Amino acid sequence: MLTFTIRRLLFAIPTLLFIALAIFLLLELAPGDPMANVPLTVPDEVKEQMRRALGLNEPAPIRFLLWIRQFFWIEPLNVFDHLFGTTFAEGELRIISWQNRAPVFIAIAERIPQTLWVVGTAYVVAIAIAIPVGIYSAYKQYSVFDQAGTFVTMVGFSVPPFFSGVLVIVIFAVQLQWFPSIYDTRHVVTDWDSFVIQVRQMFLPVMVLALQITSQLSRFMRASMLDNLNQDYVRTARAKGLRERAVVLVHVLRNSMIPVVTVIALGIPSIFGGAIITEQVFKVNGIGQLLITAIQANDLPMVQTLTFIFAVLIVVFNLIADVLYGILDPRIRYD
Amino acid sequence: MTDARDPSAYSGNDPVVTAASGSLAATEPVLLNTKARSQWWDVWDQFRSHKGALIGAAFFLLIVALVVLGPYLWPLDATKTDVRSRNQGMSLAHPFGTDQLGRDIFARMIEGGRVSLAVGMAAMLLSLVLGTLIGVLAGYFRRLDGLLMRFTDLFLALPLLPLLLVMVLLFREPLTAVFGVEVGIFILIVSAIGITSWMQTARIVRGDVLALKEREFVLAARSIGTPPRRIITRHILPNVMSPIMVSATLGIATAIITESALSFLGLGFPPDFPTWGRLLNDGVPYLQQYPERVFWPGLAISLVVLSINYVGDGLRDALDPRIRGR
Repeated sequence: MLTFTIRRLLFAIPTLLFIALAIFLLLELAPGDPMANVPLTVPDEVKEQMRRALGLNEPAPIRFLLWIRQFFWIEPLNVFDHLFGTTFAEGELRIISWQNRAPVFIAIAERIPQTLWVVGTAYVVAIAIAIPVGIYSAYKQYSVFDQAGTFVTMVGFSVPPFFSGVLVIVIFAVQLQWFPSIYDTRHVVTDWDSFVIQVRQMFLPVMVLALQITSQLSRFMRASMLDNLNQDYVRTARAKGLRERAVVLVHVLRNSMIPVVTVIALGIPSIFGGAIITEQVFKVNGIGQLLITAIQANDLPMVQTLTFIFAVLIVVFNLIADVLYGILDPRIRYD
Repeated sequence: MTDARDPSAYSGNDPVVTAASGSLAATEPVLLNTKARSQWWDVWDQFRSHKGALIGAAFFLLIVALVVLGPYLWPLDATKTDVRSRNQGMSLAHPFGTDQLGRDIFARMIEGGRVSLAVGMAAMLLSLVLGTLIGVLAGYFRRLDGLLMRFTDLFLALPLLPLLLVMVLLFREPLTAVFGVEVGIFILIVSAIGITSWMQTARIVRGDVLALKEREFVLAARSIGTPPRRIITRHILPNVMSPIMVSATLGIATAIITESALSFLGLGFPPDFPTWGRLLNDGVPYLQQYPERVFWPGLAISLVVLSINYVGDGLRDALDPRIRGR
């Protein structure tokens, strides 16, 4: 198991480097020029200096290596400095956004809490709903509950978040006025009342995201339970007189959770991607919205770094899912 | 596609084989009867028993027919503005009302549906061709397997929606310069969606090809000297049709959603060019006064995707011989 983990970790490095190269080359083809918005009255020498300050004069391979070094070495050093008050990264050039001329990672650090709050809550809510629903609809296969559950998951699959989001805004925010339609990021939770306001403004985006995640997870949970319910060990457990509750909720559930846990791990990075649209609908200024505005403003360092962060998340969670599978299921031997 | 001579039809407890071997001379007519039934009739029988799939297929065909024939049946033009009758509600003249420029929303829905469905199908075809090609090559030729599958894994590790957005942003202008606005963006969106969605198909096809390659009929074909190209087109491809068809249906659904998502984020088709995602996006500013403007395109996208998903579900059951006849 350990050798497998190490081998996967080692393989992750060339994968990440290749993805970084792919993203870099894709953006290299971009027609946009960061100096396009500089007024014509600025003299050429000044423009040249600005260009040099942005690191645009270097050839592409050098810029790629520089970016990789900044991403993997200087930015972590900055985090370290920030945490322990040291000055290792003093004087090193960080990845600078073209939009606001500030380090990219500061903008990301500002945005991450909103995304984590909304997306994380949605994920937890979805898991809490999907697992019981999956268990029950597998246990009562083809019952009314199961049929209804299948229909709801199909709807959850099919209704895109930009429609379900707008729909719940119309129903709950405009017509019924139960919840605000726009997420207020500046809201600070200090006491019970402000906490209630926070919950209310999170409710709609969380609901929209959770519907999507629930439909995927509960289908998975149901299929996995169905696979296990007909196994011999279930008959054995019943034959030796265990109560039905113990058979289903202990024996079957534990075995069915193995693939579901890995699916949950695999889904975490893709949720960040899916949240782009939900954040846009509810005006949550998380990282998804940061990416959209950066794309619209032609802010290449920001786009590059954010896309690469998404890629790192995917690779890392793939790794976690593989290792988890090996730990949870002793039948699986990788080496 | 494949017929009764296809080797896979003779496997296991197939009714054709039992009827044929049971009494060859005595019941000649029965034999002919069963022989005329290809395996696709069994598939159709199974598919028919799945109610959701049948309704889904009927609904999808209805929408396709409406969208294809619509402009010939509906007299109003999708781009004609009529400022005096703008922001109207539902009426006989305008079943879905009119927008802020007085354009008929029903006509725009038909026009948008044409683009959305065309994008969905074209992107699905592209991703199927790519996925099948890579899957068959990786499954059949062992030397290519490692390389192609690593390549697939790399693509699976890419953050797709951000990359799609970046691709659309970067290549929009060069392509519109070459092909014109509408064709250029159509090509761009179709290829962007196709290039980022072939991986699942490739993996499934590769798995099936790996298993098929070891079967006796492929061995037989190889032993009489059939070249690999022929084996693939004659024996392998017809037998991987069923997973390909299932991923085709799911491919249309995801392509339609992706296209609408791009249009919704403002990175799809230009504003005066209706697609369902674009219409939804155009309706959002008028959400408070005219919620139905968001409702119709959203409902169209959701219902079409829902019906396609049901068709895919039914197809998966129908094409799986273990479930068939249950």
